[in-house]
Amino acid sequence: MSQSCCPPETETTSAATSSCCPPQPAAANCCPPATLEESCCAAKDKKERPGYRLEPYVTDWLSTPTGEVPQVATRLGRQDTLGAWQMRWGSGRNRYTIAPGLYAVGQPDGDAPVMVSANYKLSFDALRKELSKIDAWILVIDTKGINVWCAAGKGTFGTDEIVRRVKSCQLEKIVSHRQLIVPQLGAPGVAAHAVARQSGFKVIYGPVRASDLPSFLLSGLQATAQMRRVTFKARERLILTPVELVMMNKVSGWAIICLFLLGGIGPSIYSLNDMWHRGLTASAVYLAGLLTGAVLTPILLPWIPGAALAWKGVVAGLAAAVLACGLFAGLLDLPGSLALLLALPAVASYCAMNFTGSTTYTSPSGVEKEMRLAIPLQALALLGAATAWFWSAFSGGS
Amino acid sequence: MPELNYLKDVTTLKLDQEKCTGCMLCTLVCPHGVFAMQDGKAQLTDRDRCMECGACARNCAFEAISVSAGVGCASAIIYGWLTGKEASCDCGGSC
Repeated sequence: MSQSCCPPETETTSAATSSCCPPQPAAANCCPPATLEESCCAAKDKKERPGYRLEPYVTDWLSTPTGEVPQVATRLGRQDTLGAWQMRWGSGRNRYTIAPGLYAVGQPDGDAPVMVSANYKLSFDALRKELSKIDAWILVIDTKGINVWCAAGKGTFGTDEIVRRVKSCQLEKIVSHRQLIVPQLGAPGVAAHAVARQSGFKVIYGPVRASDLPSFLLSGLQATAQMRRVTFKARERLILTPVELVMMNKVSGWAIICLFLLGGIGPSIYSLNDMWHRGLTASAVYLAGLLTGAVLTPILLPWIPGAALAWKGVVAGLAAAVLACGLFAGLLDLPGSLALLLALPAVASYCAMNFTGSTTYTSPSGVEKEMRLAIPLQALALLGAATAWFWSAFSGGS
Repeated sequence: MPELNYLKDVTTLKLDQEKCTGCMLCTLVCPHGVFAMQDGKAQLTDRDRCMECGACARNCAFEAISVSAGVGCASAIIYGWLTGKEASCDCGGSC
Protein backbone atom coordinates (compact mmCIF):
# COMPACT_ATOMS: atom_id res chain seq x y z
CA MET A 1 0.00 0.00 0.00
CA SER A 2 1.31 3.39 -0.89
CA GLN A 3 1.88 5.38 2.22
CA SER A 4 2.40 8.84 0.76
CA CYS A 5 -1.20 9.63 -0.14
CA CYS A 6 -2.99 7.72 2.58
CA PRO A 7 -3.36 9.97 5.56
CA PRO A 8 -2.43 8.38 8.83
CA GLU A 9 -5.34 7.52 11.04
CA THR A 10 -5.74 10.04 13.78
CA GLU A 11 -7.22 9.22 17.11
CA THR A 12 -10.23 11.39 16.52
CA THR A 13 -11.19 9.76 13.24
CA SER A 14 -10.82 6.33 14.75
CA ALA A 15 -12.87 7.25 17.76
CA ALA A 16 -15.55 8.90 15.68
CA THR A 17 -16.07 5.81 13.59
CA SER A 18 -15.99 3.25 16.32
CA SER A 19 -19.08 1.39 15.18
CA CYS A 20 -17.42 -0.45 12.32
CA CYS A 21 -15.69 0.16 9.02
CA PRO A 22 -16.47 3.62 7.83
CA PRO A 23 -17.00 4.27 4.11
CA GLN A 24 -13.75 5.22 2.45
CA PRO A 25 -13.61 8.75 1.06
CA ALA A 26 -13.87 8.63 -2.70
CA ALA A 27 -10.94 10.97 -3.09
CA ALA A 28 -8.44 8.46 -1.81
CA ASN A 29 -8.09 6.98 -5.25
CA CYS A 30 -4.66 5.47 -4.68
CA CYS A 31 -5.67 3.61 -1.55
CA PRO A 32 -7.35 0.30 -2.27
CA PRO A 33 -10.98 0.29 -1.21
CA ALA A 34 -11.75 -1.61 1.93
CA THR A 35 -13.34 -4.92 1.15
CA LEU A 36 -16.64 -5.25 2.87
CA GLU A 37 -16.56 -8.97 3.51
CA GLU A 38 -13.52 -8.57 5.71
CA SER A 39 -13.97 -8.69 9.43
CA CYS A 40 -14.63 -5.42 11.15
CA CYS A 41 -12.17 -2.65 10.33
CA ALA A 42 -9.53 -5.06 9.02
CA ALA A 43 -8.53 -2.77 6.21
CA LYS A 44 -7.95 0.15 8.54
CA ASP A 45 -5.96 -1.94 10.94
CA LYS A 46 -3.57 -3.29 8.36
CA LYS A 47 -0.55 -1.47 9.63
CA GLU A 48 -1.16 -1.44 13.35
CA ARG A 49 -2.77 -3.69 15.88
CA PRO A 50 -2.52 -3.30 19.62
CA GLY A 51 0.16 -5.55 20.99
CA TYR A 52 1.44 -6.57 17.54
CA ARG A 53 4.45 -5.43 15.58
CA LEU A 54 4.45 -5.91 11.84
CA GLU A 55 7.39 -7.89 10.45
CA PRO A 56 9.37 -5.65 8.08
CA TYR A 57 9.13 -8.15 5.21
CA VAL A 58 5.32 -8.02 5.18
CA THR A 59 4.17 -5.64 2.46
CA ASP A 60 0.41 -6.07 2.57
CA TRP A 61 -2.43 -8.33 3.55
CA LEU A 62 -4.43 -10.42 1.11
CA SER A 63 -7.97 -11.38 1.94
CA THR A 64 -8.72 -15.05 1.40
CA PRO A 65 -11.72 -17.27 2.16
CA THR A 66 -10.10 -18.14 5.49
CA GLY A 67 -9.01 -14.64 6.50
CA GLU A 68 -6.08 -12.39 5.86
CA VAL A 69 -2.75 -13.72 4.69
CA PRO A 70 0.43 -11.63 4.88
CA GLN A 71 1.99 -10.80 1.55
CA VAL A 72 5.77 -10.76 1.77
CA ALA A 73 8.46 -8.91 -0.16
CA THR A 74 10.61 -10.81 -2.64
CA ARG A 75 13.50 -8.43 -2.19
CA LEU A 76 15.61 -8.74 0.90
CA GLY A 77 16.05 -5.59 2.95
CA ARG A 78 18.87 -4.35 5.11
CA GLN A 79 17.50 -6.11 8.18
CA ASP A 80 17.40 -9.44 6.32
CA THR A 81 21.03 -9.06 5.21
CA LEU A 82 22.13 -8.05 8.68
CA GLY A 83 20.26 -11.01 10.17
CA ALA A 84 21.91 -13.37 7.70
CA TRP A 85 25.37 -12.11 8.71
CA GLN A 86 24.54 -12.58 12.36
CA MET A 87 23.48 -16.17 11.67
CA ARG A 88 26.67 -16.91 9.74
CA TRP A 89 28.67 -15.67 12.73
CA GLY A 90 26.63 -17.74 15.14
CA SER A 91 24.82 -14.95 16.96
CA GLY A 92 21.29 -15.70 18.12
CA ARG A 93 20.89 -18.79 15.93
CA ASN A 94 18.29 -20.33 18.17
CA ARG A 95 15.69 -17.66 17.68
CA TYR A 96 15.91 -16.55 14.05
CA THR A 97 12.42 -17.72 13.35
CA ILE A 98 9.24 -16.60 11.67
CA ALA A 99 5.71 -17.50 12.67
CA PRO A 100 4.51 -20.72 11.02
CA GLY A 101 1.47 -20.38 8.78
CA LEU A 102 0.46 -19.28 5.33
CA TYR A 103 2.16 -16.41 3.47
CA ALA A 104 1.74 -15.02 -0.02
CA VAL A 105 4.12 -13.69 -2.65
CA GLY A 106 2.65 -11.65 -5.47
CA GLN A 107 -1.11 -12.01 -5.93
CA PRO A 108 -1.78 -15.75 -5.68
CA ASP A 109 -5.23 -17.16 -6.40
CA GLY A 110 -6.80 -20.58 -6.03
CA ASP A 111 -4.66 -22.04 -8.80
CA ALA A 112 -1.34 -20.68 -7.51
CA PRO A 113 1.29 -23.20 -6.36
CA VAL A 114 1.91 -23.83 -2.67
CA MET A 115 5.56 -24.02 -1.56
CA VAL A 116 6.39 -25.53 1.78
CA SER A 117 9.21 -24.01 3.81
CA ALA A 118 10.77 -24.10 7.27
CA ASN A 119 10.32 -21.42 9.88
CA TYR A 120 14.06 -20.66 9.99
CA LYS A 121 14.20 -17.16 8.60
CA LEU A 122 17.28 -17.84 6.45
CA SER A 123 15.34 -20.63 4.71
CA PHE A 124 12.29 -18.41 4.27
CA ASP A 125 14.43 -15.55 2.91
CA ALA A 126 16.28 -17.88 0.52
CA LEU A 127 12.90 -18.95 -0.85
CA ARG A 128 11.08 -15.63 -1.16
CA LYS A 129 13.96 -13.80 -2.80
CA GLU A 130 13.71 -16.22 -5.75
CA LEU A 131 9.97 -15.67 -6.21
CA SER A 132 9.81 -12.19 -7.69
CA LYS A 133 7.26 -12.05 -10.51
CA ILE A 134 5.74 -15.27 -9.22
CA ASP A 135 2.35 -15.57 -7.55
CA ALA A 136 2.49 -18.31 -4.98
CA TRP A 137 1.54 -19.38 -1.48
CA ILE A 138 4.23 -20.24 1.03
CA LEU A 139 3.24 -22.67 3.72
CA VAL A 140 5.72 -22.19 6.56
CA ILE A 141 5.75 -25.17 8.90
CA ASP A 142 7.11 -25.21 12.43
CA THR A 143 10.61 -26.68 12.38
CA LYS A 144 11.64 -24.98 15.63
CA GLY A 145 13.74 -22.48 13.71
CA ILE A 146 15.87 -25.13 12.00
CA ASN A 147 16.59 -25.12 8.25
CA VAL A 148 14.83 -27.54 5.90
CA TRP A 149 17.55 -30.18 5.51
CA CYS A 150 18.61 -30.40 9.13
CA ALA A 151 15.01 -30.32 10.33
CA ALA A 152 14.13 -33.07 7.83
CA GLY A 153 16.95 -35.17 9.29
CA LYS A 154 15.45 -34.74 12.73
CA GLY A 155 11.92 -35.28 11.46
CA THR A 156 10.62 -31.85 12.52
CA PHE A 157 10.32 -30.92 8.88
CA GLY A 158 8.14 -33.93 8.41
CA THR A 159 4.93 -35.63 7.43
CA ASP A 160 3.07 -34.90 10.66
CA GLU A 161 3.85 -31.20 10.76
CA ILE A 162 2.96 -30.71 7.09
CA VAL A 163 -0.38 -32.48 7.54
CA ARG A 164 -1.10 -30.52 10.71
CA ARG A 165 -0.27 -27.19 9.06
CA VAL A 166 -2.27 -27.93 5.90
CA LYS A 167 -5.28 -28.55 8.11
CA SER A 168 -4.80 -25.63 10.52
CA CYS A 169 -4.40 -23.22 7.58
CA GLN A 170 -7.45 -24.73 5.87
CA LEU A 171 -5.45 -24.90 2.69
CA GLU A 172 -8.23 -26.79 0.92
CA LYS A 173 -10.37 -23.64 1.12
CA ILE A 174 -7.65 -21.43 -0.33
CA VAL A 175 -6.47 -23.42 -3.33
CA SER A 176 -8.51 -25.47 -5.75
CA HIS A 177 -5.68 -27.89 -6.60
CA ARG A 178 -4.26 -30.51 -4.22
CA GLN A 179 -0.50 -30.20 -4.63
CA LEU A 180 2.32 -29.13 -2.35
CA ILE A 181 5.76 -28.25 -3.64
CA VAL A 182 8.15 -29.51 -0.97
CA PRO A 183 11.87 -28.79 -1.25
CA GLN A 184 13.76 -31.94 -2.19
CA LEU A 185 16.00 -31.59 0.85
CA GLY A 186 12.89 -31.95 3.02
CA ALA A 187 12.45 -35.51 1.73
CA PRO A 188 14.37 -37.22 4.58
CA GLY A 189 11.54 -36.21 6.92
CA VAL A 190 8.57 -36.38 4.58
CA ALA A 191 6.87 -39.52 3.33
CA ALA A 192 5.07 -38.28 0.23
CA HIS A 193 2.63 -41.19 0.22
CA ALA A 194 1.73 -40.60 3.87
CA VAL A 195 1.11 -36.88 3.32
CA ALA A 196 -1.22 -37.73 0.42
CA ARG A 197 -3.10 -40.27 2.50
CA GLN A 198 -3.48 -38.04 5.55
CA SER A 199 -4.11 -34.64 3.95
CA GLY A 200 -5.28 -35.29 0.43
CA PHE A 201 -2.43 -33.16 -0.89
CA LYS A 202 0.09 -34.67 -3.27
CA VAL A 203 3.74 -33.89 -2.54
CA ILE A 204 5.77 -32.74 -5.52
CA TYR A 205 9.45 -32.55 -4.72
CA GLY A 206 10.91 -29.29 -5.97
CA PRO A 207 14.55 -28.61 -6.74
CA VAL A 208 17.34 -28.63 -4.13
CA ARG A 209 18.03 -24.91 -4.57
CA ALA A 210 15.34 -22.25 -4.38
CA SER A 211 17.09 -20.42 -7.23
CA ASP A 212 15.95 -23.20 -9.58
CA LEU A 213 12.28 -22.76 -8.61
CA PRO A 214 11.34 -20.30 -11.38
CA SER A 215 12.53 -22.66 -14.11
CA PHE A 216 11.03 -25.62 -12.24
CA LEU A 217 7.65 -23.86 -12.32
CA LEU A 218 8.06 -22.83 -15.95
CA SER A 219 8.84 -26.35 -17.07
CA GLY A 220 5.64 -27.74 -15.54
CA LEU A 221 7.15 -28.90 -12.22
CA GLN A 222 9.97 -30.83 -13.84
CA ALA A 223 13.45 -30.67 -12.31
CA THR A 224 16.55 -31.47 -14.31
CA ALA A 225 19.04 -33.98 -12.92
CA GLN A 226 21.32 -31.08 -12.02
CA MET A 227 18.58 -29.40 -10.00
CA ARG A 228 18.23 -32.60 -7.99
CA ARG A 229 21.90 -32.82 -7.02
CA VAL A 230 23.29 -31.15 -3.96
CA THR A 231 26.57 -29.29 -4.43
CA PHE A 232 29.33 -28.13 -2.12
CA LYS A 233 31.06 -25.35 -3.96
CA ALA A 234 33.80 -23.10 -2.59
CA ARG A 235 31.33 -20.33 -1.77
CA GLU A 236 29.00 -22.75 0.00
CA ARG A 237 31.91 -24.05 2.05
CA LEU A 238 33.28 -20.62 2.82
CA ILE A 239 30.06 -19.22 4.32
CA LEU A 240 29.97 -22.14 6.75
CA THR A 241 33.42 -21.50 8.20
CA PRO A 242 32.76 -18.53 10.54
CA VAL A 243 30.32 -20.53 12.60
CA GLU A 244 32.87 -23.35 12.86
CA LEU A 245 35.23 -20.90 14.58
CA VAL A 246 32.50 -19.46 16.78
CA MET A 247 31.40 -22.93 17.86
CA MET A 248 34.94 -23.55 19.06
CA ASN A 249 35.06 -20.29 21.07
CA LYS A 250 34.52 -21.88 24.44
CA VAL A 251 36.98 -24.72 23.84
CA SER A 252 39.50 -22.26 22.41
CA GLY A 253 39.21 -19.96 25.42
CA TRP A 254 39.88 -22.75 27.89
CA ALA A 255 42.68 -24.19 25.74
CA ILE A 256 44.47 -20.85 25.62
CA ILE A 257 44.11 -20.28 29.38
CA CYS A 258 45.54 -23.75 30.04
CA LEU A 259 48.41 -23.18 27.62
CA PHE A 260 49.39 -19.95 29.37
CA LEU A 261 49.15 -21.55 32.82
CA LEU A 262 51.21 -24.56 31.75
CA GLY A 263 53.67 -22.36 29.90
CA GLY A 264 55.15 -21.07 33.17
CA ILE A 265 56.26 -24.51 34.30
CA GLY A 266 59.99 -24.98 33.86
CA PRO A 267 63.39 -25.48 35.53
CA SER A 268 62.73 -22.59 37.94
CA ILE A 269 59.46 -24.33 39.00
CA TYR A 270 57.31 -21.47 37.73
CA SER A 271 58.31 -18.46 35.69
CA LEU A 272 55.94 -15.64 34.82
CA ASN A 273 58.23 -14.67 31.97
CA ASP A 274 58.01 -18.18 30.54
CA MET A 275 54.29 -18.20 31.14
CA TRP A 276 53.94 -15.18 28.88
CA HIS A 277 56.36 -16.21 26.15
CA ARG A 278 55.74 -19.96 26.00
CA GLY A 279 52.03 -19.43 26.51
CA LEU A 280 51.92 -17.00 23.61
CA THR A 281 53.82 -19.35 21.29
CA ALA A 282 51.66 -22.32 22.22
CA SER A 283 48.47 -20.30 21.77
CA ALA A 284 49.66 -19.17 18.35
CA VAL A 285 50.19 -22.82 17.40
CA TYR A 286 46.71 -23.69 18.68
CA LEU A 287 45.13 -20.83 16.71
CA ALA A 288 47.08 -21.83 13.58
CA GLY A 289 45.72 -25.36 13.97
CA LEU A 290 42.21 -24.04 14.48
CA LEU A 291 42.33 -21.83 11.38
CA THR A 292 43.93 -24.58 9.30
CA GLY A 293 41.32 -27.14 10.31
CA ALA A 294 38.19 -25.03 10.52
CA VAL A 295 38.75 -22.53 7.70
CA LEU A 296 41.58 -23.51 5.35
CA THR A 297 40.67 -27.21 5.10
CA PRO A 298 36.99 -26.53 4.30
CA ILE A 299 37.93 -24.01 1.62
CA LEU A 300 40.58 -26.23 0.01
CA LEU A 301 38.55 -29.41 0.64
CA PRO A 302 38.51 -30.94 -2.86
CA TRP A 303 42.19 -30.31 -3.44
CA ILE A 304 43.52 -31.80 -0.20
CA PRO A 305 44.35 -35.47 -0.72
CA GLY A 306 42.43 -38.17 1.13
CA ALA A 307 38.78 -38.93 1.78
CA ALA A 308 38.41 -38.73 5.56
CA LEU A 309 38.02 -35.20 6.85
CA ALA A 310 40.27 -35.92 9.83
CA TRP A 311 43.00 -37.01 7.41
CA LYS A 312 42.56 -33.89 5.25
CA GLY A 313 43.07 -31.89 8.45
CA VAL A 314 46.31 -33.76 9.16
CA VAL A 315 47.62 -33.08 5.65
CA ALA A 316 46.78 -29.36 5.81
CA GLY A 317 48.07 -29.15 9.39
CA LEU A 318 51.36 -30.81 8.51
CA ALA A 319 51.84 -28.45 5.59
CA ALA A 320 51.17 -25.47 7.85
CA ALA A 321 53.47 -26.87 10.57
CA VAL A 322 56.34 -27.46 8.15
CA LEU A 323 55.89 -23.94 6.83
CA ALA A 324 55.92 -22.55 10.37
CA CYS A 325 59.05 -24.56 11.22
CA GLY A 326 60.75 -23.03 8.21
CA LEU A 327 59.65 -19.49 9.02
CA PHE A 328 60.60 -19.65 12.70
CA ALA A 329 63.63 -21.95 12.34
CA GLY A 330 65.82 -19.62 14.37
CA LEU A 331 63.39 -19.46 17.28
CA LEU A 332 62.62 -23.15 17.67
CA ASP A 333 64.78 -25.82 19.23
CA LEU A 334 64.39 -29.49 18.33
CA PRO A 335 61.75 -30.43 20.93
CA GLY A 336 59.90 -27.17 20.21
CA SER A 337 59.74 -28.01 16.50
CA LEU A 338 58.59 -31.51 17.35
CA ALA A 339 55.79 -30.14 19.53
CA LEU A 340 54.71 -27.85 16.71
CA LEU A 341 54.77 -30.65 14.13
CA LEU A 342 52.58 -32.81 16.36
CA ALA A 343 50.21 -30.27 17.85
CA LEU A 344 49.23 -28.25 14.80
CA PRO A 345 48.13 -31.24 12.66
CA ALA A 346 46.29 -32.76 15.67
CA VAL A 347 44.27 -29.60 16.30
CA ALA A 348 43.66 -29.12 12.58
CA SER A 349 42.57 -32.74 12.25
CA TYR A 350 40.06 -32.43 15.10
CA CYS A 351 38.59 -29.21 13.68
CA ALA A 352 38.40 -30.60 10.14
CA MET A 353 36.68 -33.71 11.51
CA ASN A 354 34.08 -31.45 13.12
CA PHE A 355 33.34 -29.96 9.72
CA THR A 356 31.66 -33.27 8.78
CA GLY A 357 28.51 -31.87 10.36
CA SER A 358 28.45 -29.09 7.79
CA THR A 359 29.31 -30.99 4.64
CA THR A 360 26.70 -32.11 2.16
CA TYR A 361 28.23 -35.47 1.32
CA THR A 362 29.53 -37.29 4.41
CA SER A 363 27.54 -40.20 5.85
CA PRO A 364 27.10 -40.81 9.60
CA SER A 365 28.53 -44.32 9.22
CA GLY A 366 31.61 -42.91 7.56
CA VAL A 367 32.02 -40.13 10.12
CA GLU A 368 31.80 -42.60 12.98
CA LYS A 369 34.34 -44.86 11.29
CA GLU A 370 36.88 -42.11 10.80
CA MET A 371 36.34 -40.79 14.33
CA ARG A 372 37.06 -44.17 15.91
CA LEU A 373 40.49 -44.10 14.31
CA ALA A 374 41.18 -40.37 14.41
CA ILE A 375 40.34 -39.39 17.97
CA PRO A 376 42.84 -41.74 19.69
CA LEU A 377 45.54 -40.65 17.24
CA GLN A 378 44.75 -36.97 17.80
CA ALA A 379 44.96 -37.50 21.56
CA LEU A 380 48.24 -39.38 21.18
CA ALA A 381 49.71 -36.62 19.04
CA LEU A 382 48.68 -33.97 21.56
CA LEU A 383 50.22 -35.99 24.37
CA GLY A 384 53.43 -36.27 22.37
CA ALA A 385 53.34 -32.55 21.66
CA ALA A 386 52.88 -31.75 25.35
CA THR A 387 55.82 -34.00 26.25
CA ALA A 388 58.05 -32.34 23.67
CA TRP A 389 56.90 -28.91 24.82
CA PHE A 390 57.88 -29.58 28.44
CA TRP A 391 61.13 -31.17 27.30
CA SER A 392 61.81 -27.95 25.47
CA ALA A 393 61.13 -25.93 28.67
CA PHE A 394 63.56 -27.99 30.71
CA SER A 395 66.21 -27.92 28.02
CA GLY A 396 66.03 -24.12 27.93
CA GLY A 397 64.33 -23.52 24.59
CA SER A 398 60.89 -22.19 23.75
CA MET B 1 37.55 -28.92 -9.34
CA PRO B 2 38.13 -32.51 -8.25
CA GLU B 3 35.00 -34.30 -7.02
CA LEU B 4 34.45 -34.74 -3.33
CA ASN B 5 34.31 -38.43 -2.52
CA TYR B 6 33.89 -39.83 0.93
CA LEU B 7 34.87 -43.18 2.44
CA LYS B 8 34.15 -46.25 0.35
CA ASP B 9 31.91 -49.11 1.42
CA VAL B 10 30.59 -47.61 4.64
CA THR B 11 26.98 -46.82 3.83
CA THR B 12 24.18 -48.89 5.36
CA LEU B 13 21.98 -48.36 2.29
CA LYS B 14 20.21 -51.47 0.98
CA LEU B 15 17.79 -51.90 -1.88
CA ASP B 16 15.49 -54.88 -2.24
CA GLN B 17 14.69 -54.99 -5.93
CA GLU B 18 12.01 -57.63 -5.38
CA LYS B 19 9.85 -55.04 -3.63
CA CYS B 20 10.58 -52.19 -6.06
CA THR B 21 7.62 -51.19 -8.17
CA GLY B 22 9.51 -48.65 -10.27
CA CYS B 23 7.76 -45.56 -8.92
CA MET B 24 11.05 -43.64 -9.35
CA LEU B 25 10.61 -41.54 -6.24
CA CYS B 26 14.02 -42.60 -4.87
CA THR B 27 15.70 -41.31 -8.02
CA LEU B 28 13.97 -37.96 -7.47
CA VAL B 29 14.70 -37.45 -3.77
CA CYS B 30 18.32 -38.66 -3.60
CA PRO B 31 20.56 -35.57 -3.55
CA HIS B 32 23.57 -37.54 -4.81
CA GLY B 33 22.18 -39.49 -7.73
CA VAL B 34 22.76 -42.85 -6.05
CA PHE B 35 19.82 -44.50 -7.85
CA ALA B 36 19.04 -45.01 -11.52
CA MET B 37 16.20 -46.79 -13.27
CA GLN B 38 16.90 -49.92 -15.26
CA ASP B 39 14.26 -52.19 -16.77
CA GLY B 40 11.55 -50.49 -14.75
CA LYS B 41 13.26 -50.97 -11.42
CA ALA B 42 15.53 -48.84 -9.27
CA GLN B 43 19.18 -49.76 -9.09
CA LEU B 44 22.06 -48.63 -6.90
CA THR B 45 24.49 -47.20 -9.41
CA ASP B 46 26.66 -45.06 -7.18
CA ARG B 47 26.36 -46.51 -3.70
CA ASP B 48 29.50 -44.90 -2.26
CA ARG B 49 28.04 -41.45 -2.80
CA CYS B 50 25.25 -42.20 -0.30
CA MET B 51 25.30 -39.86 2.69
CA GLU B 52 22.60 -41.77 4.57
CA CYS B 53 20.14 -38.88 4.68
CA GLY B 54 17.27 -41.35 4.54
CA ALA B 55 15.17 -39.53 1.93
CA CYS B 56 14.87 -42.61 -0.31
CA ALA B 57 13.81 -45.01 2.42
CA ARG B 58 11.32 -42.55 3.92
CA ASN B 59 9.67 -42.02 0.55
CA CYS B 60 9.59 -45.64 -0.58
CA ALA B 61 5.97 -46.65 -0.05
CA PHE B 62 6.90 -50.28 -0.70
CA GLU B 63 9.67 -50.58 1.90
CA ALA B 64 12.19 -51.67 -0.69
CA ILE B 65 14.92 -49.42 0.70
CA SER B 66 16.55 -49.45 4.10
CA VAL B 67 19.26 -47.19 5.44
CA SER B 68 20.34 -46.32 8.93
CA ALA B 69 19.95 -42.57 8.64
CA GLY B 70 21.32 -40.28 11.27
CA VAL B 71 23.15 -37.18 12.30
CA GLY B 72 26.55 -36.98 10.69
CA CYS B 73 28.34 -34.36 12.71
CA ALA B 74 31.26 -35.28 14.90
CA SER B 75 30.14 -33.39 17.99
CA ALA B 76 26.74 -35.11 17.89
CA ILE B 77 28.42 -38.51 17.59
CA ILE B 78 30.74 -37.73 20.53
CA TYR B 79 27.65 -36.66 22.49
CA GLY B 80 26.06 -39.98 21.58
CA TRP B 81 29.14 -41.91 22.74
CA LEU B 82 29.36 -40.04 26.03
CA THR B 83 25.69 -40.24 26.96
CA GLY B 84 24.88 -43.60 25.43
CA LYS B 85 21.99 -42.00 23.58
CA GLU B 86 21.49 -41.73 19.87
CA ALA B 87 23.60 -39.04 18.22
CA SER B 88 21.55 -35.90 18.22
CA CYS B 89 21.85 -32.29 17.19
CA ASP B 90 20.53 -31.28 20.62
CA CYS B 91 24.16 -31.32 21.69
CA GLY B 92 24.18 -27.53 21.63
CA GLY B 93 25.90 -27.50 18.28
CA SER B 94 24.20 -25.93 15.34
CA CYS B 95 24.42 -28.80 12.95
